[in-house]
Amino acid sequence: MPFDRADEDELYQEHILDHYEDPFHRGSCPHTTHAHEDDNPLCGDVVRIELDVDAAADKIQDAYFNGDGCCISQASASMLVEHVTGKSLEEVRNFKAEDMLALFGAKLTPNRQKCCLLSWRVLQQAIYSPTAQATTAEPLGPPRTLEQADREDHGS
Amino acid sequence: MALASSSLTTVSGFDPESIRGDFPILQTRLHASGDNPGVPLVYLDNAATTQRPRQVIQSLVDVYEKHYANVHRGIHWLSDQSTDLYEEAREKVRTFINAREREEVIFTHGTTESINCVARSWGDANVRAGDEVLLSEMEHHANLVPWYQLAERTGCKVRHLPITDDGRLVMDALPQVLSERTRLVGITAVSNVLGTINPLPEIIRQAHAAGAKVLVDAAQSVPHMATDVQSLDCDFLAFSGHKMLGPSGVGILYGKRALLEEMPPFLGGGSMIRRVRLDGFEPADLPAKFEAGTPPIVPAIGLGAAIDYINQIGLDAIHAHELLLTRRAHDVLEALDAGVRFLGPKPEEKAGIVSFTLKNVHAHDVAQLLDRAGVAVRAGHHCTMPLHKRLSCTSSSRASFYFYNTLGEVETFGRALGDALRIFKRK
Repeated sequence: MPFDRADEDELYQEHILDHYEDPFHRGSCPHTTHAHEDDNPLCGDVVRIELDVDAAADKIQDAYFNGDGCCISQASASMLVEHVTGKSLEEVRNFKAEDMLALFGAKLTPNRQKCCLLSWRVLQQAIYSPTAQATTAEPLGPPRTLEQADREDHGS
Repeated sequence: MALASSSLTTVSGFDPESIRGDFPILQTRLHASGDNPGVPLVYLDNAATTQRPRQVIQSLVDVYEKHYANVHRGIHWLSDQSTDLYEEAREKVRTFINAREREEVIFTHGTTESINCVARSWGDANVRAGDEVLLSEMEHHANLVPWYQLAERTGCKVRHLPITDDGRLVMDALPQVLSERTRLVGITAVSNVLGTINPLPEIIRQAHAAGAKVLVDAAQSVPHMATDVQSLDCDFLAFSGHKMLGPSGVGILYGKRALLEEMPPFLGGGSMIRRVRLDGFEPADLPAKFEAGTPPIVPAIGLGAAIDYINQIGLDAIHAHELLLTRRAHDVLEALDAGVRFLGPKPEEKAGIVSFTLKNVHAHDVAQLLDRAGVAVRAGHHCTMPLHKRLSCTSSSRASFYFYNTLGEVETFGRALGDALRIFKRK
């Protein structure tokens, strides 16, 4: 869909700024079983996601993020951890890039889509990344690489 | 903030309004739709690339319509025409940087290729394991990565001259990081982020005293201030056409003749050979030795036209006007009361480059919101990730000027930033 400059007002709309300025679960997860961190080398934006995964119940009990970056990368991370809290791992795996862009809401140019999808990429890797302390966590199957995740979930 | 551009403009002795008509792209209006007339383009991304005047664009059209053929090849009339124009452009470059001989002026495809040529050709021939290459913490990736690649190939060590918190070289540390092991010092004349104008004569003097060669990355200086490679006494100097009104795809490598003579060719192919046999080749004389394949013929001729245009305005006038704009930009940013942090020294100590961070607004949001007002700035790490790490920030916004920018545009930049800040200060 062609991007209209008028949509930019939508980009800095209330609910996005709310997430940016007053984020959901920004910080460290009190009981972290899984975590991953990555950056967008083009702009330096960084997002880390920490999860408390209940493997027996196949569920994300708790999710936190931390990071540094533009309004879009940080607001989308806040929206994402709020969205996946309480979800099953199956639901997270099936949460595709398109779903992330839809969750964010505002239309984005291809360059800014990368900002929005940073936290989504980190989450997709985090569910396969048990932390050292989380010895009780059950294995979740072979991890997908970020490239695989991008390919499978976001076209080429 | 009172707008007094007309009276202030004359302070620098140069009125950009008198030449803006030469630049078609500067007449652009952005974001027009329906009844909305849009906003005028305010182009403040000149450190990335500049715009070009009609005179340069027309020179390209003229070559393609009247004079174009391959150079140094044909016996035919057109080839003579294009060869003459191409070599005229080389002579213009030679004069512009005051090189002693035309053979010392190599056409490349840009600063990056120029530096890679030295790292590959001179570096591979002269640098061994245990040797050192000295760079600085403020270098562009183009003057870092080729040397890291050289280190991978040869086992040499890359060291960095540190910078101060306000973005100036720690000159007192130079004697400590220079040694008899230092084979080459690679230094930028003007930082593309900080705007810092480095004390090249002193660096070159000390480097030569230590027995090291000096390569100057002049991409940000040649377009804005006078360059004299003979009085500088640098061994190599690299810059690009597109940052000085010229076309993209052409750059210059200046090298002292004796060094260029000793160096093996960088790229192999046509033009760079005197003779090819089935069992080898003999390289051509300078400058062809370093111009393998069909060179950037038309961009080089366009660069010649760009130099004519810059000479008409005069580098002194350009530098004075840019200082005026830079001072104004600092005032405008400070007046915003938004926790601005400037990366780099005071306006008086730098070129027309203003990089900054704001306390609560990320650089990408700054750039995106400024774009709404038609203002083009750069956001990110500007190809200087180590510098940003040194300054403890992941990204910054950068406004960079050329002589066609006006004080009115700096005011527009300030107003647009004020509007952007209001979006983030709702509460």
